[in-house]
Order: sequence, then structure tokens, then C-alpha cells
Amino acid sequence: MEDSRRRFLMLAGISAVGLTAKPVLDAFAAEQKQNPKIGLKKGKDALTAKQWGMVIDTRNFESAEDLEPIIEACHKTHNVPSIENKSHEVKWIWEEHFHNAFPGLAQKFLDDRTEHAPFLALCNHCENPPCCRVCPTKATFKRESDGIVLMDFHRCIGCRFCMAACPYGSRSFNFRDPRPFIEETNKSFPTRMKGVVEKCNFCAERLAVGKQPACVEASGGAMVFGDLSDPESEIRELLRTNYTIRRKQSLGTEPSVYYIV
Amino acid sequence: MSDKKLIIAGVVIFVALIAFPFWFNLGKAAPAPELALTNHAKTANEGKCVMPTDFMKAEHMQLLDTWRHSVVRNAKRTFVNTSGQEFNMSLSNTCLDCHSNKADFCDRCHNYASVRPYCWDCHIDNPKETE
Repeated sequence: MEDSRRRFLMLAGISAVGLTAKPVLDAFAAEQKQNPKIGLKKGKDALTAKQWGMVIDTRNFESAEDLEPIIEACHKTHNVPSIENKSHEVKWIWEEHFHNAFPGLAQKFLDDRTEHAPFLALCNHCENPPCCRVCPTKATFKRESDGIVLMDFHRCIGCRFCMAACPYGSRSFNFRDPRPFIEETNKSFPTRMKGVVEKCNFCAERLAVGKQPACVEASGGAMVFGDLSDPESEIRELLRTNYTIRRKQSLGTEPSVYYIV
Repeated sequence: MSDKKLIIAGVVIFVALIAFPFWFNLGKAAPAPELALTNHAKTANEGKCVMPTDFMKAEHMQLLDTWRHSVVRNAKRTFVNTSGQEFNMSLSNTCLDCHSNKADFCDRCHNYASVRPYCWDCHIDNPKETE
């Protein structure tokens, strides 16, 4: 009697496994069939680097007019709105005076040229970016593949911690819907919406198709873009042969934008 | 127990009232929307989307999410589908290149399903200005 009850339970258990296992296995098989090799990869023309960087030869810029075409090229490419109200302003690349751009380096008595020359300021794509450390949603992050500090606008909740953290003022907040303030929309690039932070992206979308950043292209050689981690690159050659400075170097953020003064 | 009739009548009225939306709308379900394809969508790539139509119907949001992640975070912008074809992963420049009729393609179904994706707050909804 004991024996047959045990046998009964055993049989019942085995048949339960047999009945339920097949649908599960079928589901697994179907899942594998559903995802035959789809792939995600880089485009064949994409430019690659470990850490993109930039050298700006400020000796080429005499007045604010020299910078205008560069700023315009960037802002047009990326649908950056031009808002008159300074407190709502959005900028990716802009003009700065020497003492504002390089507060630690501004001497009491500066030479005339440095005193009056315009300096281009943009996101420094730091090696150690404080903005990424404070972002609560990882909406801004340092991309491991090329060292660009990027924004994922989908994730940005508009808390503006990154704006407080950035020592360079490189970030702007969309206090209002930017679309009405974009004179000429570049249809192949998205705009932003109200409530997100934006900044320079080192033209990640242009690098992906083998183009140089828009500002570099518009600068006519005054700006050079390249891989800082490659000792053979043009940019490293420039850094070897010229004295350069970086913005607020003492903060330890390791900016990737160098200035020849 | 003498109120039995009253209670039963009350329960019947209550159930009828609660079920009002169901019996009132019975048989009046809106028909599933018919999506319009542009001529470009019918002819480009032999009328095939990046993935089979059934997959796109059910999973386009997951696909777009994967695309977004890959493009923004991993710098990989080329999608290779099951038959080995390559596509630029871009909502505005690839999807809407064929489906340039957002109102008759995206919106019809989204309105029917009462979903309001905010893609178009940023992505340009008519990159080629056709229509």
C-alpha cells in the first residue's frame, strides 16, 4: 500500500514535469528563432578615437566677427535657438573674454591683444567630468568609446545639477520650448524640448559619418580636432610644438580643449 | 428576510448602473485604424520595412528604444537586419523617410490606442517636407 502510493506520487510528479516542460522549451526555441542575427555596428566612415580633443589657435581671431561664422555653423547644425533674453539663452559655443575664460591666468596687467581678443568657449569634454558625477539619471555621461561627454535628452529630467557642477558654464537649460526660436531648422537633427539641459556634443553625429565638427570646418584651420590619446595625431603634434593653456586646469577636470595664445 | 424583493431589485439596478459603460457601448467598438503607406514606403526596399511587418506592429517601440541606446550610448549607428541589410538608425531620417505621412501612419494608430509618445517634441516629424 505504502509502495503504491509512493509510486503514484512519483509518476504524477514526472508526468507534471513532462506536461509543463514542453511549452517552456517551445517558448525558448521560438525566442531563439525570433532573434536571428540582427546587428548594431558603427558606420563604415565613422571616425574613431579614444579621447577626442580640440586645439583652438586664438592667434587667428582678432574680433568677435571672426567667431561669428563658427558659432553660427554650430548653432545652425544643431538647431540651437537664439533667444534674446539672457536668462533663457541657449548656447553650445560662444565668445568669452580672457579673464572670464581663464580666471586663474588673468594677470593684473595683460598685453593688449589678450586683453581684447575674443576666446571661443565650449564644452571641454573633460576626462573627469563633474557634470556626469552629479547627474541623477545618467542622462549625461562620458562615452567610453570616444571620450565625448554626451547628453541623452530622453533621460534628462531637467534638475540642472549638471549646470551647477560644470565649472565652465557650458550647459544651457531650455526654460521654454525652443522651437519658435529656431530661425532655420536643420531637418536632419532633432531639436530639444522644454525642460532639458543641452550643450555641445563634439558633433558626435558628424563624426559618425566621417565629418569633422561643424565649428572646426567653419574655422578654416584655426581649430584642430583629433585624438588626444594617439601620440601620432595632428593634434598631439600641435600640442608638442606650441605652448597651450586650458580652462581652469587646477580644478582637476582635465579639459580636452586646448588654447594656443 | 421580508425585504428580499427590495434587495434583489436594488442589486439588479445597481449592477445595471455599474455596467452602464459596457452595455451602452456594446457593439460600438471603433474599427481598427487602416494605416496608409506612402508610395515611397510601398516601393523602397521592395516595400519591406527594416524588420517584418508583424514584428514592427508589435515591437517598433522596443526597436526604437534599442536604436536610441545604441546610437547615443554606444556610438553604433548602423542597424543590420535579419537579411543583412544595413540601415541608419534614425527616427526622422530613416523611418520618416518612407513614412513621411505621420498623421496617417503614426498618429492614427496611436490615437486609437490612446498612447501619446512625445517623440515629436524633439524629433522633426516631417524631415523632407513632403505632403
